[in-house]
Amino acid sequence: MEKLTIAGKSFSSRLFLGTGKFRSNELMEQAIRTSGSEMVTVAMKRIDLENPEDDMLRHITHESIQLLPNTSGVRDAEEAVFAAQMAREAFGTNWLKLEIHPDPRYLLPDSIETLKATEKLVKLGFVVLPYCQADPVLCKRLEEAGAATVMPLGAPIGTNRGLRTKDFLQIIIEQAGVPVVVDAGIGSPSHAAEAMELGASAVLVNTAIAIAADPVRMANAFRQAVEAGREAYEAGLGSVSANFEANASSPLTAFLQ
Amino acid sequence: MFSEVLEKIDWDATTEAIYAKSDADVRRALAKNHLDVEDFMALISPAAEPYLETMAQLSYRYTRERFGNTMQIFIPLYITNSCTNSCVYCGFHVSNPMKRTILTEEEMVNEYKAIKKLGPFENLLIVTGENPVKAGVPYIARSLDLARPYFSNLKIEVMPLSVEEYEELTHHGMNGVICFQETYHKANYNIYHPRGMKSNFEWRVNGFDRMGQAGVHSIGMGVLVGLEKEWRTDITMMAYHLRYLQKHYWKTKYSFNFPRMRPSENGGFQPNVVMSDRELAQVTFATRIFDHDVDISYSTRESASFRNHMARLGVTTMSAESKTDPGGYYSYPQALEQFHVSDERKTGEVAAALRALGIEPVWKDWDQSFDELTCRK
Amino acid sequence: MQIIVNNKAMEMAEGSTLSALAETLRLPEKGVAVAINNQMIPREEWSATGLQAGAQVVVIKAACGG
Repeated sequence: MEKLTIAGKSFSSRLFLGTGKFRSNELMEQAIRTSGSEMVTVAMKRIDLENPEDDMLRHITHESIQLLPNTSGVRDAEEAVFAAQMAREAFGTNWLKLEIHPDPRYLLPDSIETLKATEKLVKLGFVVLPYCQADPVLCKRLEEAGAATVMPLGAPIGTNRGLRTKDFLQIIIEQAGVPVVVDAGIGSPSHAAEAMELGASAVLVNTAIAIAADPVRMANAFRQAVEAGREAYEAGLGSVSANFEANASSPLTAFLQ
Repeated sequence: MFSEVLEKIDWDATTEAIYAKSDADVRRALAKNHLDVEDFMALISPAAEPYLETMAQLSYRYTRERFGNTMQIFIPLYITNSCTNSCVYCGFHVSNPMKRTILTEEEMVNEYKAIKKLGPFENLLIVTGENPVKAGVPYIARSLDLARPYFSNLKIEVMPLSVEEYEELTHHGMNGVICFQETYHKANYNIYHPRGMKSNFEWRVNGFDRMGQAGVHSIGMGVLVGLEKEWRTDITMMAYHLRYLQKHYWKTKYSFNFPRMRPSENGGFQPNVVMSDRELAQVTFATRIFDHDVDISYSTRESASFRNHMARLGVTTMSAESKTDPGGYYSYPQALEQFHVSDERKTGEVAAALRALGIEPVWKDWDQSFDELTCRK
Repeated sequence: MQIIVNNKAMEMAEGSTLSALAETLRLPEKGVAVAINNQMIPREEWSATGLQAGAQVVVIKAACGG
């Protein structure tokens, strides 16, 4: 399997993990280890001064893991820049999953603010991985603005509905000059494999693992699915539907005989 | 720049890979909707020959899906055959002791008027040799200015220019550029183009990047089939080039040309290889299956009968009644041609033949007033 | 004087620095970031940053999220 390179850094695993919704930090840590993931997202929250709690960071800090702070909760580009600066300070990394979703119901990304924020953050020296709509033109614009990857959604976040945007993802993958990470909507290992077979560079999975009956075994299943899908892509997929025969009758090409 | 990408693609290994393509590779390519260059190599390889009819049917289908039942029609005008290059295969070669013509402004206008009498042409391709001193960018700009009252869409086929020069010409109404790389084989390129400005391979091959950077709307590419014995490899390099350009300059439209050389009857340059009709058809089908959107252009180098047959099967742009000598429509009707025209039909005959095939000739699909904003900038 | 830390009022001595606040809150060495009035203050500037009455202080740390 080819290594994945983002902003000059190389990754052996093409499975990125989100850390939300796990029943416990211990379970999350085990799931991450089992998944083999080398890129793990982390959110930020205000410290509750009265109720000190377990520090989740220690469960995900590991030399092989690139922390990917997200900007979840911000509603526009200005807030995103602030959140990014806080994240860089708190976690000591300039990597950033940029997500701007002003809509609290479906958490759909705001394309216009995302592009604006990408432009600003790149200038401020961040490695920006924007979560975005599966919009091929937007993805080119983000790339031109200096995004290190694009992270188009497969389906609304948390829905586990799979690659509802497949036709657009295919165009994005074909056109992109940066890695394409399919984010959001991947609900099962088969979805992850499908994205990898399409030629996605990586997938980001959270809910599907976190809420599984056994998250650790599900993390293992995703690891295998992502590897299988990527291997299939690199090996050159055979046709599954069409079975072309060499054609003896030649109505269109008789003039060439 | 594409020259850096090209350096990493080994010519001989690519040739070997094309000949190693198998039946299974061809089937896989035919089944895909989004093909990569490896698939394209399979489709132009000998392994795909038994699938020619299947490829024709797919090419027919994709072309109709994307372009409808239409054919863009254009006409070229050579405004000068003055040239400082020594391309060994070209009639306008600098040491060829022929009379050189640089059309005056009055002559240009006479040509434009004469073209409008041949048919309702709105797409004009202005062609020059390479003589930056006597027929450089200001001269080309002037030809565009004078053409604008007569034509809606102006393209140029001239020497590679700088980004600034391309930008400058868009301000004069230039909407597209055609430039043939001739060959992507660098070492041999230097043999075919021993002297003159054209001998700089990188300047030419990176010209397409400069067009893209200048925001040129439409870029035409071409390999001169007949130079390299392994024309399949050359065309594969063009496919890599297309994918590269599409990624970097994604707002631009691209077209492919496959000018093929014929054996010379009067002792001129003899092509190293002659591509058959069947091979050209295969490459045309493969191109359409590889890229459903790329424009495929056939000039009057091709015979009337071949153009008629291929009109439904992938070709989306054709010229008609072309003269390939400067001033050939009015001022100097007998001058020496750059290449021999096979299809000598009148414009009306070409259009009627297309209509009989159920294809509507499109004379105009762009008006330069759309570009006025750009021009003002 | 009174300042606001993560939306809660807090008493600090006049002229206190951000370092003093960090000590009071027992902020860890790593994994937190502080902003005053929506301006992030890098840790190396804490000791030189004085707090004004009414200052809005935000202290964040890592949380689980996708």
